[in-house]
Amino acid sequence: MPKPVLRVVTANRLADGRVVFLAGAGWTRAIGAASLLSDPQAEAAALARAEADAAADRVVDVYAVEVVREAAEIVPVRLRERIRLTGPTAGNSVAPSAPRAS
Amino acid sequence: MYRYDEFDRAFVAERVAQFRDQVARRLAGEISEEQFKPLRLQNGVYLQLHSYMLRIAIPYGTLSSRQMRALAGIGRRFDKGYGHFTTRQNLQYHWPALVDVPDILAALAEVEMHCIQTSGNCIRNVTADHFAGVAADEICDPRPYAEILRQWSSLHPEFLFLPRKFKVAVTGAPSDRAALRFHDIGYEVKRDASGALGFAVFVGGGMGRTPMIARKLRDFLPEADLLAYTEAILRVYNLHGRRDNKYKARLKILVHEAGPEAIREEIEAEFAAIREGVLRLPDEEVRRIAAYFAPPAYARRPARSAAFEAALAADPAFARWAKNNVAPHKVAGHAIATISLKPVGGVPGDATADQMETVADLAERYSFGEIRVSHEQNLVLPHVARDDLPALHRALADAGLATANAGLATDIVACPGLDYCTLANARSIPIAQRIAGRLADAARQQAVGPLKIRISGCINACGHHHAGHIGILGVDRKGEEFYQITLGGSGAEDAAIGEIVGRGFSGEEVVGAVEAIVDTYVAKRAGPSESFLAAYRRLGPAPFKEALYGAA
Ligand code: SF4
Repeated sequence: MPKPVLRVVTANRLADGRVVFLAGAGWTRAIGAASLLSDPQAEAAALARAEADAAADRVVDVYAVEVVREAAEIVPVRLRERIRLTGPTAGNSVAPSAPRAS
Repeated sequence: MYRYDEFDRAFVAERVAQFRDQVARRLAGEISEEQFKPLRLQNGVYLQLHSYMLRIAIPYGTLSSRQMRALAGIGRRFDKGYGHFTTRQNLQYHWPALVDVPDILAALAEVEMHCIQTSGNCIRNVTADHFAGVAADEICDPRPYAEILRQWSSLHPEFLFLPRKFKVAVTGAPSDRAALRFHDIGYEVKRDASGALGFAVFVGGGMGRTPMIARKLRDFLPEADLLAYTEAILRVYNLHGRRDNKYKARLKILVHEAGPEAIREEIEAEFAAIREGVLRLPDEEVRRIAAYFAPPAYARRPARSAAFEAALAADPAFARWAKNNVAPHKVAGHAIATISLKPVGGVPGDATADQMETVADLAERYSFGEIRVSHEQNLVLPHVARDDLPALHRALADAGLATANAGLATDIVACPGLDYCTLANARSIPIAQRIAGRLADAARQQAVGPLKIRISGCINACGHHHAGHIGILGVDRKGEEFYQITLGGSGAEDAAIGEIVGRGFSGEEVVGAVEAIVDTYVAKRAGPSESFLAAYRRLGPAPFKEALYGAA
């Protein structure tokens, strides 16, 4: 059976551009802590909240991302979003590592 | 090297203060993202997938050791300890925080650098041959003209809101190392029959969605007319360039749609009207600017270097590096050394802060404190005594900077692609890494010879795939990364746009496909001296298609 597709709302933090996800209490760097949206109403409400935060200048570039649950992990469906989540896949010249957790 | 005058200094300081204020107001919520975005772009700040990105102009690709050290320091303090050199001879930081950008700009201003006109629909950083002033085949150093163009185009009020971005390149030699014919304007410095300096003028080139080779509008434009003619071109473009469709807004489309003859007539008419006006370049002014680019005080040296020849004989690694990364210099006893930023498995164009500092030190010791950035994402030390090449090579090797592949198959140009860029369809860097890994064997690379592999993650073509002997373009096929291969492109004086060889390949398949193309070339070439490009032009695509897709 195909895994059910859920959504999370994402944005970039205004002050430093880092990728964040909308959670119950605000924005989080950890997708595992993000609010999982399973129906269009929940998604619309979350997007409205996120847009309000964008209007209040906390985040920029708000949109919803498709995710699936894989074991205990929340994983974006599209490669672009997986890369946004975990950082460049090719490493950089310093060390092939995930982005610093700031 | 060119130094800021009082005016430049005051102006850049003012811009930093202005942007500091704009960032503060943005963070305080006094201006919206919609209002702020054009302001940040005017200061080179983009928003990418993971972070902001800051693009710094390196005019005509020339840097001092002092500037390189400042770039290293900024990379360490405000980024993740590295920077990325691009195909536009710029440097990009991929991880700066917006709150830090004003401080970064202030640090840049201290070493006479900035991010102005690295974005937006204006005249961008003027690029030049990275061997300018030192190449053995050069007629004249093109950088004084690039500097004159830079000064004229900086905040030129008439040309800050063009239909689209506008790129100018200059070279001073018959061999084109600056992809002149893929720019909106390309100027090639030359002499006429009387020995007077001037330019061949190429107009309407570009890459992107609709690649075009520039048309030669003039075989010779006198030196004094440089700015008047440039202004005439910009005026015609500003007036007629399309503003209704961003994909049709570049000068190349105007030249293509109106026809080069009609465009030439309009430009010449405008030029005739302004030629004798204020833009006529006084000879003293050209010589004054040229003095900033005067050659350093080279020591008199014999053409042959015993130290160099002894190292060639004794050290095969040095011999390989010297063969590929050392180019002939104008001045006897000297050489131009290319520092490859393409170690196998590395990220094309990336340099760590430590490496940047090493290069700055080595430039001070061996190259009169001068460094160049090439549009092929490598660095260059332009003034090295042949006697010093063995010591330079040892020091580079210690810093992981002695990759002996300049111009070979693993010297792959790749844009940041989907690992960083919001516009990307597919990744570029991992493809470059895997192709380089496959073709890494030194003897094999040497046997294959000069080969330009160029990879872009989308049709914007920042990785110059159209000009690659083998070009690779990332596309999105139903959510999967997919790669289209083109063959026969060239960014040199024999410029050509690569032709699509056939259906594309998955990320898995593309490495093998490139290897099959390389093997086919080696098998079918007339001999080792027939280059990939020459062989492709003689053979056509058929043998390559057969190797990739089987007999038709
Ligand atoms: S070619 Fe496309 S993917 Fe690559 S850097 Fe340019 S815009 Fe981004």
